[in-house]
Amino acid sequence: MAAGFKTAEPLEYHRSFLKENCRPDGRELGEFRATTLNIGSINTADGSALVKIGNTTVICGIKAELAAPTVDAPESGYIVPNVDLPPLCSSRFRPGPPGEKAQAASQFVADVIESSDVIQKKDLCIEKGKLCWVLYCDIMCLDYDGNLLDACIIALLAALKNAQLPEVTINKETDLAEVDFQKKNRLKINRHPTASSFSVFDDSVIIVDPTAEEEGLSTALMTVVTDEEDRLCMLHKPGGSSLSGEKLQDCINRAVMRNREVSKLIDKVMESVKAKK
Amino acid sequence: MEVELCPILRSFGSEQNVLSRPDGSASFVQGDTSVLAGVYGPAEVKVSKEIYDRATLEVVIQPKVGLPSVRERAREQCIRETCEAALLSTLHPRSSLTLILQVVHDDGSLLACYLNAACMALIDAGLPMSSLFCGITCAINTEGQIITDPSVQQEKESRALLTFAIDSVERKVMMSSTKGSFSVKELQQCIAVSQKASEEIFQFYRDSVKRRYSKIM
Repeated sequence: MAAGFKTAEPLEYHRSFLKENCRPDGRELGEFRATTLNIGSINTADGSALVKIGNTTVICGIKAELAAPTVDAPESGYIVPNVDLPPLCSSRFRPGPPGEKAQAASQFVADVIESSDVIQKKDLCIEKGKLCWVLYCDIMCLDYDGNLLDACIIALLAALKNAQLPEVTINKETDLAEVDFQKKNRLKINRHPTASSFSVFDDSVIIVDPTAEEEGLSTALMTVVTDEEDRLCMLHKPGGSSLSGEKLQDCINRAVMRNREVSKLIDKVMESVKAKK
Repeated sequence: MEVELCPILRSFGSEQNVLSRPDGSASFVQGDTSVLAGVYGPAEVKVSKEIYDRATLEVVIQPKVGLPSVRERAREQCIRETCEAALLSTLHPRSSLTLILQVVHDDGSLLACYLNAACMALIDAGLPMSSLFCGITCAINTEGQIITDPSVQQEKESRALLTFAIDSVERKVMMSSTKGSFSVKELQQCIAVSQKASEEIFQFYRDSVKRRYSKIM
């Protein structure tokens, strides 16, 4: 009976749960799904992380390459993020060039890197105007069940924390780069941004961490990115039903709490990896 | 919370029905920033894009030079979802609406100008809407001052840049897109300033519609 109701009237089905301040999967309105993190999952990458938020699974690999800095910023390296949504992760994505959702997610990740200063681009410079690091951050979704952006940002941050770059020096005589693979340095993480996504039902009820089904039925989506100093790095709300300043404030307060939870998780996993070595 | 509520917008203007082929068109000028918008529809929709209970809205942004990039795609998404929330698309099921935004000149606050041009074009096309909307950009400079409707130069000098879409019924935030980091207090101040500034634009919408239709009556 319940299964038939869910298929025929999905919105009504969700409403009946929201009326009782809970959700079909048993969560409260302000509750995130269980988040698990595994870092260093890819041996061949310079840094990597696998994140699961409920069923949503995202993997991020970081590849560092040496390149010449751009002419307009000779003292800094650059970071190139890319989000891939292959047909494997959900039936809604087709093979071929990246769709709108993937492009919007890539732009979102690039904007977060830019706005939050997660890594100071100057730190990626090796020799002014000659040599710098380029970090290719490839994020791939393996299982799409909503809340892609939160998972992407956690995966990115954890992979950057995991990344180790070999030491590079420029030989003064030959003017060539010499890479010392024995000596590896970690990246200096400047800020720790965390994203929290919200979805709005019927223009009024706000729930956190929506699943793919909830995302499809909601009237608006919003993602708030905060850092450890509780400053906002991004308030991304691409249209949908309107929200008042007070409602936004509630979301921001929840996002600040989420930042603490995620930082604790990342620190714990980093600690356990170190202990194993 | 003390908020200085004296938003200054650059002089803005609009012309509706500028193009003959689209069903609705408008140009919107804010200072030196200028966008031309055209709306086609409701028209026939491709079977793959058909939605059974409402119209399919497609937004295309054409930059002044070069091809649209990922940045334009992300903005298209923001504008589309804002328009979808305002339009009563359930009145035109199984049909397509296309909104084309052509940049004529960019001198800052471009996303806001896209939104304003889009709204004027939708009004011109006579599409049913539940509310109007307008776009406002606020820049926070290094001294913490809020500048509304910044130019490219002011955007470059700013520490954070926030663009909001405000609806005309309850003056709430429909869309938000930000760059740079800022405090919660600054965000609330920017929203308050944008809400105040939106009054001016909504008054302009009302006046331009009144002026246009008073001639026909």
